Amino acid sequence: MTEPRKFRYIGRHRRAVEHRRFVVGKGRYAADIQLQGLLHVAIVASPHAHAKIISIDTAAALAMPGVHAVLTGEELNANTEAMLPGVDAPQVKRYPLAHGVARYSGEWVVAIVAESRALAEDAAELVEVEYEPIPHIVDPEAALLADAPMVHPANGSNIIFRRVFDWGEVDAHFAAAPHKLSYRVRWARSSTVPIETFAVSAWSNDATGILDVWASIQMPKFPDQLARALRMPGNAVRVHFDVDVGGSYGVKRGLKHAVLVGYLARKTGRPVRFIEDRLENMRGGDMQGPDRIFDVSLAFDGQGVISSMRMRAVDDVGAYAGRSPLQLGKPVGAIVGPYRIASVQYEAISVMTNKTPQEAVRGFGQAPTNYAIESGIDKVARYLKLDRVELRRRNLIGKDEFPYLIPSGTTYDSGDYATVLGKALDAAPLAEIEKQRDALRARGQLAGIGFSTCLEPSGGNSAFEPLFNPKNQTTTWMDSCLIRIDLNESITALMGTSTSGQAHETLVSTVVGEVLDREPDSIRVLHADSLNALPSNSPVGSRMAIMLGGAAAGAAKKLRAKLMRIAAHNLGLPESELVYQDGNIAAKADSAKRLSWGQLVEIAHRKIHQMPKGDEPGLQEKFVLEVPTGGKLPTPDGRVQMYPCHSFESHLVLASVDPQTCKVTVHRYVCGHDCGVMISPDVVHGMTYGGIAHGLGAALMEKFTFSDDGQLLAGTFMDYLLPSSKEVPAITIVDHCTPSPLTEFGQKGSGEAGYLGSPAAIASAINDALAPVGASIDALPMTPYALWHALARAEKNSG
Amino acid sequence: MSKTPLTSIAIKVNGVTREAQVEPRTTLVDFLRDTLFLTGTHIGCEHGVCGACSVLLDGDPVRSCCMFAVQADGLSVTTVEGLAPERGRLSAIQDAFCEKHAMQCGYCTPGMLIACHALVARDPHPDEAAIREAISGNLCRCTGYQQIVDAVKYATGPEGGAHD
Repeated sequence: MTEPRKFRYIGRHRRAVEHRRFVVGKGRYAADIQLQGLLHVAIVASPHAHAKIISIDTAAALAMPGVHAVLTGEELNANTEAMLPGVDAPQVKRYPLAHGVARYSGEWVVAIVAESRALAEDAAELVEVEYEPIPHIVDPEAALLADAPMVHPANGSNIIFRRVFDWGEVDAHFAAAPHKLSYRVRWARSSTVPIETFAVSAWSNDATGILDVWASIQMPKFPDQLARALRMPGNAVRVHFDVDVGGSYGVKRGLKHAVLVGYLARKTGRPVRFIEDRLENMRGGDMQGPDRIFDVSLAFDGQGVISSMRMRAVDDVGAYAGRSPLQLGKPVGAIVGPYRIASVQYEAISVMTNKTPQEAVRGFGQAPTNYAIESGIDKVARYLKLDRVELRRRNLIGKDEFPYLIPSGTTYDSGDYATVLGKALDAAPLAEIEKQRDALRARGQLAGIGFSTCLEPSGGNSAFEPLFNPKNQTTTWMDSCLIRIDLNESITALMGTSTSGQAHETLVSTVVGEVLDREPDSIRVLHADSLNALPSNSPVGSRMAIMLGGAAAGAAKKLRAKLMRIAAHNLGLPESELVYQDGNIAAKADSAKRLSWGQLVEIAHRKIHQMPKGDEPGLQEKFVLEVPTGGKLPTPDGRVQMYPCHSFESHLVLASVDPQTCKVTVHRYVCGHDCGVMISPDVVHGMTYGGIAHGLGAALMEKFTFSDDGQLLAGTFMDYLLPSSKEVPAITIVDHCTPSPLTEFGQKGSGEAGYLGSPAAIASAINDALAPVGASIDALPMTPYALWHALARAEKNSG
Repeated sequence: MSKTPLTSIAIKVNGVTREAQVEPRTTLVDFLRDTLFLTGTHIGCEHGVCGACSVLLDGDPVRSCCMFAVQADGLSVTTVEGLAPERGRLSAIQDAFCEKHAMQCGYCTPGMLIACHALVARDPHPDEAAIREAISGNLCRCTGYQQIVDAVKYATGPEGGAHD
């Protein structure tokens, strides 16, 4: 294993560039964009889970002073292209407004455009929609049955994707195993729920033919998809990526929002804006998360060594699908977690119901899968009466086994799992935590310790697209950076997408500063618009440290090489006899023989007569980075290299359940984390803390509950509960660094860190707390109500 | 255009009295953002839970989404734009937020800063429990609160004592 390299700027504490504007209230979010003559949109949403739309009367609304347009699905659908799902289901068509049938409660039916949002809302109350409710389906397992009401009859079934993968000798391993265990776990429908709702403004310039769009967006191929849906050439839609996005963690995909607003801007000839209110965001924003039932069987020996796994995952994607079915695809790349499981059968089923659609959520399906795997590890330990940490140690892939090929075709790049687990236990330290647990138990609390060890695949490729849709032949998921040095010697770097809190300006300036040996705080980083931009796939899949960082390094290295050529040419020495320091280049043998940064820049910009033959004047370079290990299609049996890099995290939690109120308290939280070389340690730690808090919400608090009638019962922050500073405990992070051999600096991804292991670890602690009274719980979120039921069940069984 | 008559108000915002005619139903946050263009104050839930819209009203932190602009008539409002001691400088809390990476997307940050300023005004050296209590009405989805707590400790502890 290679030792981490030494760096000048990488890995050091540095104030994030972005913070300075945020702390003085000078961020520029989509809702802050001021456009002259701006009109505002309000929405009329379906109150029914499933209903025919019989008639819509818009006359009274349209007659109201200040109202500019009232739009229905009939007009919009006739003039735009449907947004299609990421899997091969062309009959599952989705438009911003329902036409003919509304398929979930909260689905948009009519849009009103008026001089102010208040007027638009007034007018919305005057729209009369006549509905005829038809049979609906909200239970995902019932939706699988042949006689279930169909959400999209044209699709012929509620199943939008189903495939059984067999990787390795599953039947033989199960037949040979002395022990088998089967279990079911339930991951509830929660989401990332950013504090900023989705906002989009659009303005169409008839003279230039360009539609300008400002949106709180985090979505691959967003400008291309928007132009396609609006039936516009790609070069007529300009998405401005220089807006700050107020949190996303996957969900800020608002394509339907942008299609609607773009269409209205073109229709009215005025700038138009739509900002979701909180209920619109929760109910009709189409940003709920995975909602999964896992049925898992494990085959193992008496020592707890697991040889094989069968996993069936049913994911309820709601009434329409974009990329959501693919969230069952990404976990294929880490389907055995960090363990040496030799064979896997994986059945992935995406099913549609009359609920709000699902969108990409932090980890793209990996956190639920990790929870399912980790629950099994604990169950095997309990079954064999083995220590849960010891059981993990017996199954973890060893540090000398990398690169390690898992049954589903992905090779893990590097890792040292046992060491990172050990570091977390030592930091706790475990013996101390056991004492605290015992003290809590002595006070009558149900107290337990939880563990999880899991992976964060990173470097975001899109190999699940061809895996889940053979018509899709995507094999690249590039990212890019352009850097220029101006005549006044300053460096400016351009990136291709927006940022939603990942501090990309800090990332790029640190990397460029490192390569060019220039002070990072002097380097400006800009977000291009989509017509000026470089090929990018946006900050998804824990990829930007690897992909944007790698592209920035690539472009900076090209510039550095050019500066070396200029110096060699002008100093009359071969490059091998020159040394580059702080941007100045001097002869190794004679430091007086040198060209300063300023002199080199001036030659490039002004003195073509001093330029080496073949070099263009000026100093501007771009670099497009292909995902390391990318470029291949899946094998016919569905084996594929999913993501290139694999970060690892180990979690240790001490939690208690009050037996009277069933309130959960997390007393201690330690996370061992290895994401290779950290470019910006403060940023990595921040994401990890935040991911753990987000996972705590998923484990204990957050759920989009629907009634049997298909009504969302958690549409506000009074009933969809987010963790506050009182629920999230102080967290200790212990770093470890196993560099990736595949990346520029040895970095791996960390944008989904914490979240991928904390729900599993917290669930582990709760079950450890419940075990002494014979209770257990296998569904999230573990709310006081759910825990009370678990305790009552156990009491009934024992009585 | 409006069916409702406008009402005259005068609110002292960040030290300057601002006079305007508003619809009675205009919320304070909409007035700050849409009329005064003080877009640093953000809207998160519009039902008083998330705290993103927090401002100081005569020194106390309040939800500007849950009150009308007319209710602030004659009162003094401080928004995030008014927290710095002067242009080009940062308050100790603002500076500590930068130093300790107490934000990511920055969306909840103005409300958090308001809550922390209100805390420090009444308790210059809060312990961790007091800090967590003070920010418990402000939701953040990025940070898990840890680096916010660290920032307030830094600004109010011995190492941050030299700040404004």
